[in-house]
Amino acid sequence: MMELLNSPFMQRALIAAVLVGITAPAVGIYLVQRRQALMGDGIGHVAMTGVGLGFLLSTSPVWMATLVSVLGAVTMELIRWYGKTRGDIALAMLFYGGMAGGVLFINLAPGGSTANLNSYLFGSLSTVSQSDVWAIGLLAAFVLAVTVGLRRQLFAVSQDEEFARVTGLPVRALNLLTAVTAAVTVTVAMRVVGLLLVSALMVVPVAAAQQLSRSFALTFAIAVAIGVTVTLSGTVVTYYEDVPPGAVIVLFTIAIFIILTGLATPLAKRRARARAAAPAEGECGLDVPAAAKPQAGEVTA
Amino acid sequence: MEPVISLTKVTAELGSRPVLRGVDLAVHRGEVVALLGANGSGKSTAIRTIIGQVPLSGGSVEIFGTPRRRFRDWGRVGYVPQRTTAAGGVPATIREVVSSGRLSRTRFGILRRADREAVDRAIEAVGLADRAKDSVDALSGGQHQRVLIARALAADPELLIMDEPMAGVDIESQEILAATLREQVSAGASVLLVLHELGPLEPLIDRAVVLRDGCVVHDGPPPRAVGQHALPGHDHVHPHTAAEPVRTGLLS
Repeated sequence: MMELLNSPFMQRALIAAVLVGITAPAVGIYLVQRRQALMGDGIGHVAMTGVGLGFLLSTSPVWMATLVSVLGAVTMELIRWYGKTRGDIALAMLFYGGMAGGVLFINLAPGGSTANLNSYLFGSLSTVSQSDVWAIGLLAAFVLAVTVGLRRQLFAVSQDEEFARVTGLPVRALNLLTAVTAAVTVTVAMRVVGLLLVSALMVVPVAAAQQLSRSFALTFAIAVAIGVTVTLSGTVVTYYEDVPPGAVIVLFTIAIFIILTGLATPLAKRRARARAAAPAEGECGLDVPAAAKPQAGEVTA
Repeated sequence: MEPVISLTKVTAELGSRPVLRGVDLAVHRGEVVALLGANGSGKSTAIRTIIGQVPLSGGSVEIFGTPRRRFRDWGRVGYVPQRTTAAGGVPATIREVVSSGRLSRTRFGILRRADREAVDRAIEAVGLADRAKDSVDALSGGQHQRVLIARALAADPELLIMDEPMAGVDIESQEILAATLREQVSAGASVLLVLHELGPLEPLIDRAVVLRDGCVVHDGPPPRAVGQHALPGHDHVHPHTAAEPVRTGLLS
């Protein structure tokens, strides 16, 4: 165990893992709340073009992916405002265009091939550099500032956009901010879980936390706790087994979801029974007194 | 007296279909105005032009004497959207949902003690104080509606705008809602509400505006109930309104 903590690459990997474990569910909860759970997946596809461009232009793939995915997320939000008809088609083009762009650019890059993309698609902790850790730290700080600092505003907008407008909140600005924050989170998580699996880490911890919680605040806290647990344990597994961290992390998350669902079912049943036992909701009865009912003998008579 | 809401020759389209065709409507201070009409007559659209959810294609809307585009004082307005649920995709307690109604009175979304007290008062007013920490997912249709109204009351508004607050609401909740509204009105609030039928709110209503095909066809005392609706004991309760269209015979 000590040996694991002494390795500098493992230290970097663990720091990155914790940051991803916190930020992905912190943004994901708002996406789930507004029923856009798969938005992270879409942004992940678009970010591939950024990674490809990063290779082609020999700049940092992390920053290039951030730039492109922010642009992609803003475009998605604009499509949601203006193009209500056939918005799904526009989104599909954005997703697959992003993926195709990534594959194209990376093959155009000198010495580049689709194999280079692998570590970005499924995560690769051994390649996390010191500068990556700085970039991830900076981006994670931004994500936390938004998701925690503006939690009441984001809650209101994600719960009921129409009502939020009447409280005077800048609904469009907050929607854009959510999209940008989700895009930044995707690139934060890219090195740890990978672009194709990041959405799972945004959504599944929230879904698992919902099994136990009745409030938004508690759901948030449990989801982040689950996120950190799975990213840390997934990272430790990759130290001993040469497997992509993203795959391990996502499978751990789904396992936690299944376990919590199993635990929560009897709990929910007990709550329902307690409610049913409450007064004023007793057994059904007729308004007409029983004596007024015809006797069996009279019917046949 | 200056109206709290004033619509002048308002026209609006949804897609390319004209929904409002020159609507004039004013709500004065302390007045309770019911907006009535059949499905598709433009009631909800009229409300939604006031809050800025539907853009105007002509005419003007003023709130407290200020053109809607320049109106910023949203803490004075409580809004109850037409909705059958207060829940979102993530569990939230009644207090969490109602608290978002107080944001218009806060700076940077920080709830101070007075704000938390206002939230508690609003929950109390709709009779859900003992359930404030429960998830809204566990509530009945009528209780959802009470949560939405508490959320509008949390800002201590002077003007309440409600879109079908009685839709799909059980008798107990209807009575609580009527009592809540009566209190607000006696405290000086002005109310504009969309209704399918007058129902238990009838005694509160000062004036009724009836829309048909996007035009005002009646503006004056509430229309008298006719037919079976006028019979004593008819309680105007249609508990399944959310699932099926109601033909009341009153307006259609």
